[in-house]
This record gives sequence, C-alpha cells and structure tokens, in this order.
Amino acid sequence: MPIIEVKNLTKVFGKNTKQAIQLLDKGLKKEEILKETGATVGVNRASFSVEEGEIFVIMGLSGSGKSTLVRLINRLIEPTQGNIYIDGEDLSTMNKASLRNVRREKLSMVFQNFGLFPHRTVLENAAFGLEIQKVDKTKRKEKAKEALELVGLGNYLDQYPGQLSGGMQQRVGLARALANDPKVLLMDEAFSALDPLIRKGMQDELIELQSKMKKTILFITHDLDEALRLGDRIALMKDGNIVQIGTPEEILVNPANDYVEKFVEDIDKSKVLTAQHIMKRPETVQIEKHGPRVALERMREEGLSSILITDKNKNLQGYVTADDALAARKKDISHLKEVLKTDIPKVEKDTALHDIFSIIYDSTTPVAVVEDGKLLGIIVRGAVIAALAGEGEVTVENV
Amino acid sequence: MSNYMFNIIPKIPVADWATWFVDWLTDAFAFLFDPIKEHFGYFMKYMSEELLMSIPPIVFILLVAILAFFLSGRKFGLAAFSIVGLWFIYNQGYWEELMSTVTLVILASLLSVIIGVPIGILMSKSKVASAIITPILDFMQTMPAFVYLIPAVAFFGIGMVPGVFASLIFATPPTVRFTNLGIRQVSNELVEASDAFGSTGWQKLFKVELPMAKSTIMAGINQTVMLSLSMVVIASMIGAPGLGREVLSALQRSQVGPGFASGVAIVILAIIIDRMTQSISKKAKAK
Repeated sequence: MPIIEVKNLTKVFGKNTKQAIQLLDKGLKKEEILKETGATVGVNRASFSVEEGEIFVIMGLSGSGKSTLVRLINRLIEPTQGNIYIDGEDLSTMNKASLRNVRREKLSMVFQNFGLFPHRTVLENAAFGLEIQKVDKTKRKEKAKEALELVGLGNYLDQYPGQLSGGMQQRVGLARALANDPKVLLMDEAFSALDPLIRKGMQDELIELQSKMKKTILFITHDLDEALRLGDRIALMKDGNIVQIGTPEEILVNPANDYVEKFVEDIDKSKVLTAQHIMKRPETVQIEKHGPRVALERMREEGLSSILITDKNKNLQGYVTADDALAARKKDISHLKEVLKTDIPKVEKDTALHDIFSIIYDSTTPVAVVEDGKLLGIIVRGAVIAALAGEGEVTVENV
Repeated sequence: MSNYMFNIIPKIPVADWATWFVDWLTDAFAFLFDPIKEHFGYFMKYMSEELLMSIPPIVFILLVAILAFFLSGRKFGLAAFSIVGLWFIYNQGYWEELMSTVTLVILASLLSVIIGVPIGILMSKSKVASAIITPILDFMQTMPAFVYLIPAVAFFGIGMVPGVFASLIFATPPTVRFTNLGIRQVSNELVEASDAFGSTGWQKLFKVELPMAKSTIMAGINQTVMLSLSMVVIASMIGAPGLGREVLSALQRSQVGPGFASGVAIVILAIIIDRMTQSISKKAKAK
C-alpha cells in the first residue's frame, strides 16, 4: 500500500471556486479560468502515490503549483477538491484533532527558509515537535539531541539559529523534522536557499541519511539537477498540472511529454543554446606537476569518480579515473601519463545542445568543451537537462 | 429653502442620550462600581501613602538606579540620570506627590496591559473582531481625554480610582494595536512550521506567536505607560493626587515658578519610565 496517495487533488484560490472547478472539468486552461471567474487555479486534479521509503520529487518552475501541492498534503492549505490518503487514512475529511495527530506523528515538514524559531536554541528548535506532543522534558531533549547528532550538529545545542550559517540552519530544520520520527518528510524547496556548494553537500547528506532511515520523502524543487540527483521518481509540474511522472531515467530518455518536449523543440528551432551556455568550470590537475596522489585527493574533495588532465597551457590531455589513480598509487607510479585515458568526448563551444544530448547520453564521462585543444569547461548531464527544462533560457540572456 | 431643508430635523439630543446612558450605567452597575471604588481606592491609598512612603527615599532612588543600570544593559547613563532626577524631585519637596503618581501610573498601565494584550490577541485572530474593535480604538484615542473624566466621576466619585479608570480608556489602545500588529507580523513560515508540527491554537500562541511578537508588544506597552502618565496628570482635575495636582494648583493660582518645578518633575519621571520600558523592548528584540 502506498504511504501517500493523492487523488484528484485540486486547489482553487479566490472566490467562485465552484464555477472554476466546473470549468476545469470542461478542460479550460488556467488563464481562461482566471479571466472568466477571477479564481486562480493552484493545483489541478493532481493524482499520484508514493511508496514507503521512496524519495518522490515534485519539480516545477515557480508558479507551477508545487509549493501549493505540498501544503495541500498536510492541509496547511485546505484542498478545494480531492483526497489525500496518508497511510490509508483520508486527511481531506479529517477533523482538526485527528489532523493534528497525523501532523504530529506521521508528517514532518522542512521549509525553504528553514522556519526556525529565532527565540529558541538549536536544541529547543529540534525538540519543538516533541514539545507540542507533550513528551516529557528529558525524553524530548534526548531525542532532539539524537536527531541533531544525526545531522552533525551535536556540538551546537545551545546556540541560537541566528548564530548558524544557512546550511547549518537547514540541518536544524531537518533535525526538527526527524526528531518526531515521522513516516513522511515533506521538504519544500529545502535546499533552494543555500548556495550551490552547500546545496550539493546537503543533497549528498540527505541521500546518505535516507539510506539509513528509509523515510518516505516528498521533495519539492525547481532545480532539475537536484531532482535528478535525489529522486527515485520525479513528477514534473506546470501551471498546476502534473505533466509527467517517472524515474530520472525515464525523464532523461523520454522527455517526450508536452512540457519537456516543447523546450527541446524550441531549442532545436532556434539553436540558441550551445555548449558554452551550459558548461561548468572543470576540475583539473596538471600533468607536469601533479601525480596520481594529487588527482586522487582532488577527486575525493570534489566527490568525483574521474578528473580531467591538462598541461600547463590548459591543453586537454585526457582524464584519469579514481580506480586507475588508486592502482597507480599502490604501484608507486608517480606520473599521470601512464594511467591517462584519452577517450573523452569533446565538443566545440558552439556545439548545439541537441547534439550534445546524444553524445552525453552514450558517454560514461562528462563531455569536455575545447577550443583549439584548450579546455574551456565540462558539461554534466544535469546541466543539459536543466537547460532543456528552461533554465538555459536565463543563461542565454546573460551571455 | 436650503436652510429649511437643513432645519427640518430638530436637534438630535445626543447629549441627553449620553447623559441618560451614563446615568443608567451608574445605577445599573453600582453593585460593581461601589466595591471597586471602596476596595481599590483603599488599596491605592495604602500603596501610595503607606507602602511606597515606608521606603526611605534614598533606598527607593538606589533601587530605581540599580534597576535602570541592569535594564539598560549595564550602562551608567540612565542610572545616573535616575539618581540625579529623583533626588531633584525629593529636593523640591514633591516626594509624596511622586509616590502617588507612580502608584497611579503603575496600576493604570498594569490594568491596561492585562486588558489590552488579550484584546489584541483576539483582534489578530479574528477579522470580525478586528473590524469591530479598530474603530472603537480610534474613538477612544481621538476623544479629548478630559471627556473621560466626567463619567469616571459619575462611576467612581473623585480621587485615584476614577483617574485610573480614565487613563485605562485613554492608554489601553496602543497595547491592543501593537499586540495585534506584532502577532500579525510573525512570519508566515513560522506559523506554518508551528501548524505543520501539529500545534493547537494555544500552543501556537504561547510557543511561537507571543514570543515572536514580544518586542512589538513591549513597544506598545511603552506607549501605554507614557499615555497613562500623561492622563494621570490630567486626572488631577478630578482630585487624583500627585505631581499633576501641583501643576494644576499652580495653574489656578497662575504661579509660574511652582508650575515649572512640578512640570520638570513630571518630565524627569517620564524620561526614566520611558527609557526603562524601551530598554525592555530592545532586549526582547535582541533575542
């Protein structure tokens, strides 16, 4: 039995909700309904189910209704129509007292801007959910402390949230959600307010935590890269509708739904997006000065399984994998030349996105972007998909 | 013609209605007003004339200075000002009057807060309550303060009790407004966080909203205290003892000197009270 099941869930904001729902049933679009009735459709007849232990990502750009959807699930926003089943119980028809119990025992939420209470210490914040349940003081402190240790904040119990960095604050948010030992974690853009490096670290940590805890996680994001990293399955949302649900693989291989395909088409027609728009600064080691040890160390630091190698003039020489570097180190080979691989796919900086897509899909390594043999950047899969999903458009304006 | 149209309705007897209403209130609630007048009046008299006067002025001044020192974050400025200022009032021979005024201000503000905060909470929770109470607050604050003295006398006779009553009406609105504002200003995400973890309404109020609104509420209380001080001065017109009475009698005899001296005493008291309550408010904010 799925742990979260959502059936036909709809939210219409404003007056004339009944009329708006009738129009929705007739198949009118969001803008048409707004014109006709003045009501805004937040979420339109969303249906999906999440299995126990799954990370289910809801991905959409801003205004797509994803934040509304997650709030409908714990009824922070009252649904206009439809049902939410948590563990088989219908939340949508529940009275307030039972709803509170479900929120206390089964659902915990992590917020985009952390939602920490500034007047409470880290420990008191983490213990909030238990305090609400009237768990006695020593027990709730103990549990909150455990949760904080789990997210690596065991030494910050008596600090106030204002004294912590963003990443640490969100760990407190996560610990507060975990202290309740809920079945379901609702994470609303939980990492979006963090800067990219910290965000990646948090994503990794969440994946690691998840391998221990086996919670069911509903993760909301506007970042397709994040969705692909975290999601066991992904639901793509647009204008309040869920347009596709699938595993990251399915979404990568088969972006053949209207929403993603449209982006692909647009890009094909215009050929606006090219390699230079989506490439990232590469992690490299220099063949003259660095040996396998340095290469290995850098890979470990950056969490990579392979690293690019250049000469001192930034000419691309090839790459080395972590396995090869390790083997080299064991055999005491001091020069990278002996373990260098050169079969890395290369593209020019103005290669079209469409062409990169087929190259990167067949490749086990990232794609290198070169100009006259010099390394300019690398392209990872997520960047291609993100560009397809529309974020690339912003980049074009910037260039 | 237009004059005729204007005069077609005879004078509306608003004044008569008000008189009738206050008379009715006086009679109907005599069972309530009379014991308040008696017991509360006795208590205030005891507090100002016995309790506070039993503290030697030097001890009182030092206590205020110590309190000022700690409230202002271990700085000497306010403490020093309190010592010099209060000594000056003592020196001018207004000590007994000062004690009466302090009694009035403390009790009036305390009652204002006890009544005002819950009303503010109610306003923040209910649109209907807010729509009804807001114009009443406007009315209470814009009506000239003197007007409240009249029914106050009808209900409670003369003395300290009607003074407290009048200043209650005049000084409560800021506490109500700021409490309402403070709770409404609590960020939506924190309210959501509290709800998402299954708080009841009361838990949300006491664990999240009130602590978050504390500094704003304290700013309202500061206003309330200052307004009750100003009202306490006016209340001397209906026989409330204190520094205000000195100003009033100087006015009636047109004596500039004593009027100035007692006026300065009020200013000193106002500054001390204001800075103290402000630093409480700042402290709440710093957290």
